[in-house]
Amino acid sequence: MAERYDPKVLALICTYCTYTAADMAGSMRLQYPPGVRVVKLLCTGKVDVLYLLEAFRAGADAVMVSGCEIGDCHFLEGNLRAKERVAHAKELIAEAGLDPGRVEMFHIGASDAPKWAEAVRQMTRRAQELGPNPLGRQKAQSLAAEARP
Amino acid sequence: MIVAQRKDFEQIKAAAADFRKVLVVGCGTCVAVCLTGGEKEAGILAAQLDLASQIQGEDKSFAVACVERQCDLEFLDELAETVLDYDALLSLACGAGIQLLAERYPRVPVLAGVDTTFIGINRDVGLWEERCRACRACVLTTTGGICPVSLCPKGMLNGPCGGTRQGKCETDPERDCAWSLIYERLAGLDRLENLSAIVAPRDHGARSQPGRQVHPAYLRRYSAHE
Ligand code: SF4
Ligand code: SF4
Repeated sequence: MAERYDPKVLALICTYCTYTAADMAGSMRLQYPPGVRVVKLLCTGKVDVLYLLEAFRAGADAVMVSGCEIGDCHFLEGNLRAKERVAHAKELIAEAGLDPGRVEMFHIGASDAPKWAEAVRQMTRRAQELGPNPLGRQKAQSLAAEARP
Repeated sequence: MIVAQRKDFEQIKAAAADFRKVLVVGCGTCVAVCLTGGEKEAGILAAQLDLASQIQGEDKSFAVACVERQCDLEFLDELAETVLDYDALLSLACGAGIQLLAERYPRVPVLAGVDTTFIGINRDVGLWEERCRACRACVLTTTGGICPVSLCPKGMLNGPCGGTRQGKCETDPERDCAWSLIYERLAGLDRLENLSAIVAPRDHGARSQPGRQVHPAYLRRYSAHE
């Protein structure tokens, strides 16, 4: 039987906009894939290329960064910097052999809960299409091997 | 400062292919400022190499170290305990730093992760421009602080060639003519008379030896060895 694959999507999101939208999505009882792991940051300007690479090393199937809408960043241009870094990270993971579509930037305003739910669906779908991160599978195998007596 | 750019990833991967344990060594000075070989860039490269090797199912490891300046022996000593655990050192310092690292640890192969590009200035975030070729006969005093050796593709020293056109260089219409810039600068300073002095031809023979320089306060120390 084929192994079941529930994509692990890491979401690095800012507290002022996207996190508020995600919170509201909960209050609104919006349904979206449960495989998303949210990490709240003060601002997506904190996102470093290294965080994105480390996420894939740790086995994430996809990584989404989501900040405020362009022009609405609480810290003026943190989301613009994050956008540049995500674009750079795409090149870096492509060089290493991962599909650049595994990492994406989103801009979701505080009141836009449906957009958040749709973004999570989109990234999960994409991770489904691309298949599991080969590192995640290897990590799981090596853990399983260690666990065997 | 010295500016360098990271080599092509495939090239770095190929250079590291023969080694199982690789230490990526960053430098905290010039190459850190030009976002090429500092601690963060060393971390990024090690993460990329690790991702690539794991995807290919290889059993390799990539660790990171960063010293304040690779072109200075006293900072390289701190790696003495560490380097012996590795099969190769992948340096992200400028060419000078890479060489000193290799000289200090001759038993471990040293790989170059960057191409050293020029001595330059920081124009803006993520943007550097060449400004000096280390010619050892600086003419900036008379040229209004604009270097024709690095900015003019022909290295003209006594005014423009015949190709200058409306302030642009004949080799590239996008490029400012160094001598037009010099003229404008000197005109603004009311020092156009600087241009009447003739600059003698360069002694290129002086460049055939690697540079060596002793501070006057240390002359006795070094001449005693010679
Ligand atoms: S003339 Fe130009 S290349 Fe020569 S030392 Fe001066 S700045 Fe450097
Ligand atoms: S046009 Fe100006 S910059 Fe270009 S080669 Fe001639 S003197 Fe040098």
